[in-house]
This record gives sequence, structure tokens and C-alpha cells, in this order.
Amino acid sequence: MAQLVVENLKMYYHTRNGQVRAVDDISFTLEAGRALGVVGESGCGKSSLGLTLLRLLPSNGRVVGGSVRLGSDELMAMEEEAFRKGVRWKRLAMVFQGAMNALNPVLTVGSQIAEAILAHEKATKEEAVERAKKLLEMVGINPARYSHYPHEFSGGMKQRAVIAMALACNPEVVIADEPTTALDVMVQAQVLKAISDLRQRLGLSMILVSHDLSVVAQTCDDVAVMYAGKIVEYGPVEEVLVNPKHPYTQGLTQAFPDIRAERAPIVSIPGTPPNLLSPPSGCRFHPRCPLADARCAAEEPVLEEKGAPGHRVACHYVSKSGEVAEVKFA
Amino acid sequence: MTASQPDVLLEVRDLVKHFPLRRSIREIVRGERPAVRAVDGVSFFVRRGEILGLVGESGCGKTTTGRVLLRLEEPTSGEIIFDGQDITKLSREEMRRLRRRMQIVFQDPYDSMNPNLDVFRIVAEPLRIQGLAKSHEEMEERVARALADVELTPVEEFMHRYPRELSGGQRQRVAIARALVLEPDFIVADEPVSMLDVSIRGGILKILQRLVRERGLSLLFITHDLSLARHFCDRIAVMYLGKIVEQGASDALVHRPHHPYTQALMEAVLSTDPRQKRIYTGLAGEIPNPANPPSGCRLHPRCPLASDRCRTETPPLVEHAPGHWAACHFVEKALERLAAAEAASPAEEPAG
Repeated sequence: MAQLVVENLKMYYHTRNGQVRAVDDISFTLEAGRALGVVGESGCGKSSLGLTLLRLLPSNGRVVGGSVRLGSDELMAMEEEAFRKGVRWKRLAMVFQGAMNALNPVLTVGSQIAEAILAHEKATKEEAVERAKKLLEMVGINPARYSHYPHEFSGGMKQRAVIAMALACNPEVVIADEPTTALDVMVQAQVLKAISDLRQRLGLSMILVSHDLSVVAQTCDDVAVMYAGKIVEYGPVEEVLVNPKHPYTQGLTQAFPDIRAERAPIVSIPGTPPNLLSPPSGCRFHPRCPLADARCAAEEPVLEEKGAPGHRVACHYVSKSGEVAEVKFA
Repeated sequence: MTASQPDVLLEVRDLVKHFPLRRSIREIVRGERPAVRAVDGVSFFVRRGEILGLVGESGCGKTTTGRVLLRLEEPTSGEIIFDGQDITKLSREEMRRLRRRMQIVFQDPYDSMNPNLDVFRIVAEPLRIQGLAKSHEEMEERVARALADVELTPVEEFMHRYPRELSGGQRQRVAIARALVLEPDFIVADEPVSMLDVSIRGGILKILQRLVRERGLSLLFITHDLSLARHFCDRIAVMYLGKIVEQGASDALVHRPHHPYTQALMEAVLSTDPRQKRIYTGLAGEIPNPANPPSGCRLHPRCPLASDRCRTETPPLVEHAPGHWAACHFVEKALERLAAAEAASPAEEPAG
């Protein structure tokens, strides 16, 4: 069952120098109970995508087209009042990047979770406290720590508490923006484990935004690879990350060698990501792509299914049957 | 650990750096001197023309170690032997002259350069301080060469830009050029790519690698990323709570980690292969406070193999295989455990 359907979504930031096309014609479907990873580098629009879905854009960010449906409700057309009361946090929640550093230092962690419940639901104080303790337990924190302050928590515990907070109103979909960035490997593993356990227990649907392919490989069912405001490749992780077809995805996977793999030469993708004020014509990756020709510079490739079922790619060099031109970055 | 071979450029013996804490009345009365024991008896060496990775989690003391090597922080005790000379004994002036041969590249390219200077002046500054360029022309020539070395070309175009006009990757190249302009023998690079995107970081790493291979530079590469160290460095030293727990060739260390901490660190690294879904949550607990580290082996409160001996006796770094050192009382047991774990999860195929 489709839980969240995003169609042709466009969100631009209006600046003095023109429009920054951060989310540019993006479509995907999140099935109930599944986890979608959104990967890409800084400035590719992956965080903006999350903010757009939750309608938490800064004043210069505007949705200029497309639709987002949650169940049967169209979110982008909804009145702000109705969205705030009925959707945000209740059905669609978010764990922000660096949220663990945004906990209020003078309030106990537990009371901040209870407060989130009281702000959105008709519950008594006692009920909220009870639920907050349960939420802490769900993310693997002893409920006895309800009345501890943020400085008494380690980084990993704070991050898990913030995840518990996002779950306060039993949302259907959780968007997590770089939930483990800046955590040490063992702590990262603990947080990801907590997220995986929660998904299984609660049947949560999730969008996980990350720059780290290994995080997505280990926690998600599907992956969308974003480059310069667009999805360039999309499909099940076992497909996209194992048989990457788009030259950019191939570059990313080559630049992320597995630790257990043989020692490999260092790989880089030439050039730098484009400025989204004036993205390149045609395929946005063409100035950096070893395969690019005149067609790539002129004609924008469509994201379409090629070869394996559900595996969609936007590249002129991938044939209809999914035949790929292998690209070796050096 | 001693390795006084001619190919060793830098050798560190029992290096200690404590940061004193403010003393409470009780501590003054008792004569106690509380301190954060950031680096607490570290020994290692760097050969000429090699990349040594110094790997560990936040707060393990890896950055402090790098800074002490250049005496940007004064060591509390220990020896730092650079090209046969103990540099802890040098005067400020002698040290200043020696820095021509030892340079550092910092983590944050946004924070490590003066925004009011253009690229030319940033890169030329070490030359000016060292008084190495006789004329403006010579200075220009040497700056241009350094910029070409880090592939900031066309050089003339970059010379007169300001840091704000450069991307993160370009700034980090400027930082490397600034270190290179003095033609040093040894560079400490402290997380030089951790703030850069993957597609960009490869370019920086390749420049460093080329300089090491072509010029016989030695590089101490400080990183939290074991995966990166494994592919980039010739040898790796793993730090935990102010001490080196294991040191060896990258391949050997990754394929046959001897120390329980290295084993756990390895296991916690996520695979990029989605067909092998496995999240290993590592050791129990968190890294203890370096102001009050555990007795004996510092890992013992978190180590699955810990016994009474580990609680009381600090294990020394011992060479268990040629060039492979580990500081653990129970290396045999740790290796058995590793073999058992590998037998349980059959043939991990390399991904990609």
C-alpha cells in the first residue's frame, strides 16, 4: 500500500540572485512499512526535500509545483492550520540533523518528550509522562532516566531520545535527516540498531536522508540517489547499490569502498557539484561525466525503469533493457 | 617498541600530554593533581615515504598527539625523535627553524585560514616567517609551484582569490599548498577530508598520496574513519583513551585485528553491501572520561575478554607478528574469538 506519494514536486528558494532549484521535479512512492534512503552530497537538495514534505520551509522557499499525498490527503494544498493540527508530528514526523544538540539544557529529557505529546494531543500530564517513559524504553534508554538532563546523556543516547520524541504522536511516516552524522562508529551502530528495531516493532515507514551509502545499505529497502535537485537513480537497495547504472551512482559506490574489500586505489569524481542557481543544461551530471556527449548536454534524460523491475535510471547511456556503460572513475 | 632503523624519520617514545584541571580544595589538601590524560604513553614511528594512519574515536587523543608532535602543544614527557634528534629538547628558536621540515594540515578548511588574506599571501606566509624567499619573484615562483602541486590551476587565477570565493575542497588544497611550500619532510594531516563530500575527498587524497610517492614525504594521517585509513594508509595505529592499542600494516590490521578494541571497531563499520545486512553495536558502554581512566588495560570495563589481570596490569605493546604490535594480555584468545566469529559468518565476499 502506498503511504506517501510524491509527484513532480518542485521547491525553489527565491534569492536575490535568482531561483535555487533545490527540489526539481521529484517523484517517488513510499510503501507502508518500508524505508527509503535518500543519498546525495551537500547541496543536492536532499534535506530540502524533507523540509518540503513537512512544510517547514524558510520564508524564501516555495513549492512551485507537484503534489504530495499522504494516504488520501493532498498535503501541499492543505491549509496551514489543518496541516499543523492533523499532519505535522501526528502523521508525519521528522528527526532533524543535529537535533540532539537542540535539546533544551535546562529541562529534563523526559519532560521534553512529554511536552511534545501534550502539545499535540489531548492527554493528561500523567498519561504523557507514562508514554514518554515508554518511548524512552523503546529506543533502548532506561525509563528511570526520564528525569535526567541532556548533559547527563551521551551523544548516542541524546540522538535516540530525539528519535523517541519524533515518535511521540505515533506518526505513520518518520523522516530522519542524517540521524547518525557526527557520531562515532559504535554509537552510530547503536542508533541505527534502535531505528531498525523500531521499524520492525511499529511497522513505521521511514525516509532516511544521508550522505553515507553504508548507512542506507544497512537500514533501507529502497534508495533514491539525488544529484543537483533531481533523482538520478531509484530502486531497491540490493539493485541500485549492487548494480549501479547511473554514472554518478557508479562513482559514489566506487568512492565508498567496503572496509573488507581488497585495498583499492582512491577514487574521485572530477569537478564539483553545480550551483543550483543555474544548473547545467540537459543531464545535470554531464559536465562531470566521462560518458557525456552532445545529447547529454542538450536533452534531459527521463527517470524510467530500465532492466530490473523497479530500478529506474535517468541516463541516456543506459539502454531500455538496462544495459549499462560501465564507468571507471580513477 | 623500538625501531631505530635508518628508514625511520620520526619516532615517538612514551609520549605523554596531560592537561591539568582546576583543583578542588580537597585535591589541593591531598596533593592530587587532576588532569585530562589526553595522550598517556604513546609510542610509534613513521618511516620515510610512508603514510601512517592514526585512527580512533572522538576524544581518544589522536588530534592532541598530532599537535604535540609539532610542539604546537608542549609534551608533558616523552621523546619525539625527528631525523635522529629529540625535538622536545629544542629551544623555541630551534623549533621554529625545524618547522620548515614539519608541517600540519588542519581539519576545518573554513576555520584555518585568515579570511582577509588572498591565496597568495596565505601560502606565502610560511616562507615569510621562515625568511626563505630572497625576492618577491622567488616567493611568487614557490607559491605557484605549491599551488600547481595541489592542482589549483590555472595558478594565476587562484593566486588572488580569497577563501570565501573557494569551495571547501579548494580551501583544503590551499591548506595543503601552505604546508607544502616549505618542502617539508613530514606532514601531519588531521582529518583533512572529513568535512568534504565523497566525490571531492578523493581528489585531495590522491594529491597527498602522489606527494608521498613522488617526493618521499612522510604523512601522519589522523582520522576517525577506519575504512578510509584501510584504503589510504600503508600502516595504521589504533588509539583508545590516550594509548595506542594496536599498530600494523593496513592489510594485516584489517584482516587479522589482534586487539579486542580494533576487532570491535572493525565490526562496527557498516558494510556498503546491502546483501549483507548486519549492524553490530560494538562494545558495551561508552568511552570513559580521560580525566579518570580505568586502571590496568583501559578497555577492561568494556572488553568481553577482561579478567582480573586486565584490571590491575597495563598491557604493553608487544610485537605478535612481524611489524604487528598489540597491547592486550589475551591476544591468543582474541584471535580465537575472531576465528570463531569468521567461521560463524561464512566467507565474507568483498563488495564491489
